[in-house]
Amino acid sequence: MAYNKRIDGRKFDEIREMKAQVGIIPNADGSAMFQIGKTIALAAVYGPRELFPKFLQNSDRGILRCYYNMMSFSGSGERVRPGPSRRSKEISYITENALLPALNLEDFPNSVVDVYIELLQTDAGTRCAGITAAAMALADAGFQMKDLVSAASVGFIENRLIVDVSNEEEHYEKGNTDIPIAMMPRTGEITLLQMDGFASKEELAEGIIVAKAVCMEIYKVQQEALKARYKK
Amino acid sequence: MKDIVRTHVVSLLNKDARLDGRKLDEYRKFTIEYGISSKSAEGSARVKMGDTEVVGGVKFLVGPTYPDTPDKGTIVANVELLPLSSPVFETGPPSIQSIEYARAIVDRGLRESDALDMRKLCIKRGEKMWTVMIDVYSINDAGNLADAIGLVAIAALKDAKFPKYDAEKDIINYEERTKKGLELKYLPIPITIVKIGSKFIIDPTVEEENAAETRLTVTTIEDGRACAIQKGGEGTLTPEDIDKMIQLSIEKGKELRKLFK
Repeated sequence: MAYNKRIDGRKFDEIREMKAQVGIIPNADGSAMFQIGKTIALAAVYGPRELFPKFLQNSDRGILRCYYNMMSFSGSGERVRPGPSRRSKEISYITENALLPALNLEDFPNSVVDVYIELLQTDAGTRCAGITAAAMALADAGFQMKDLVSAASVGFIENRLIVDVSNEEEHYEKGNTDIPIAMMPRTGEITLLQMDGFASKEELAEGIIVAKAVCMEIYKVQQEALKARYKK
Repeated sequence: MKDIVRTHVVSLLNKDARLDGRKLDEYRKFTIEYGISSKSAEGSARVKMGDTEVVGGVKFLVGPTYPDTPDKGTIVANVELLPLSSPVFETGPPSIQSIEYARAIVDRGLRESDALDMRKLCIKRGEKMWTVMIDVYSINDAGNLADAIGLVAIAALKDAKFPKYDAEKDIINYEERTKKGLELKYLPIPITIVKIGSKFIIDPTVEEENAAETRLTVTTIEDGRACAIQKGGEGTLTPEDIDKMIQLSIEKGKELRKLFK
């Protein structure tokens, strides 16, 4: 049986409904909420601020620290144990790398920019939602950025290209390929690329082209949310 | 800087005024939203009072009963003061403040009020019980997290529905929820009163908290009885102070209770 119809009824190139808002956390220097389907990510930026202990400081440029965390009740099965895990540490790390190319931290030597990402509810695509929310929060904080960073996954089920892979599709019994991608949509420069599962060179190339179109859609939602803050 | 603000808070209070123009016994705008993480959590809620925001979620799990209470289930409360919510909160293991909130406000309020009948959480005497896990997170700290945390925990519990449990296979099916909720006999409402100089105020902002030497969180139930008390801060209280503070928390508890549906 070929994968002719997506489990949740979406079109193959259709992403889930999105919502975005910035300035949701008054204490933070910048903040944002990004929801895609049922996945909800919150992000807050604090900084640039002084970095302690001092030996961690870099006199050439500021340091970006990202913290990705799933709230204990945000998983679909059992309660998630609080505190960092190997998974959350890896995601925090790739999130830093996904955001850094858009920032110009040379302006802030010896300081740190902390980005906290909290998942309130998860239903696939949490790292991409976290990166998307964090980019908005950084823009909300007033950082000069080369561009926003938008992130989404593309994938393959039985050689059929799908976008914004759902939780059910991630667990498709005959196998699934999941490719989270983040990019600066204006230039198309890719800042995150991961893949679980198989894809040919041609399929991957096709996936990246489609991912760009998907990121453009997310980019628009991010921009609208940032503009909305100043419309009031 | 902190000292200037503190002096200002105190001098305003001497004229019965507050920084944000509220009366001494006036709460900020208070809202409850239920089911904010309904896909993942069996119960969830968000509480906002002014700019202070917290979220809470309930997850159920099944495990062996405790040897000393073979006919009861249990609740476990956990509070995290997220660095996302304030520049002064740090990453790392739970701070003493978050432990105090979890134990002294959420857990004690529920346990000592007997609001939740732990016997009803027993599945099979001496063998299997439900554990109700309540996790609360701060989203923005603009003061009075203590009340917000206690109140969101109650709201999340009210929102909760048991997941389907297959006793034979000993498996919880989190995908499927039953219609059965947690019966709360009472709504234990925590109200924190802070003492600044000789004045008592409720729902303090961060500036007011920093100016206060003593606080008292009093949790009351419907009939006006207190079921949990926690004194905080380094200052002292006289028996007369305590009397006034408890009276205030009973009155405010009644007002806030009406907002829970």
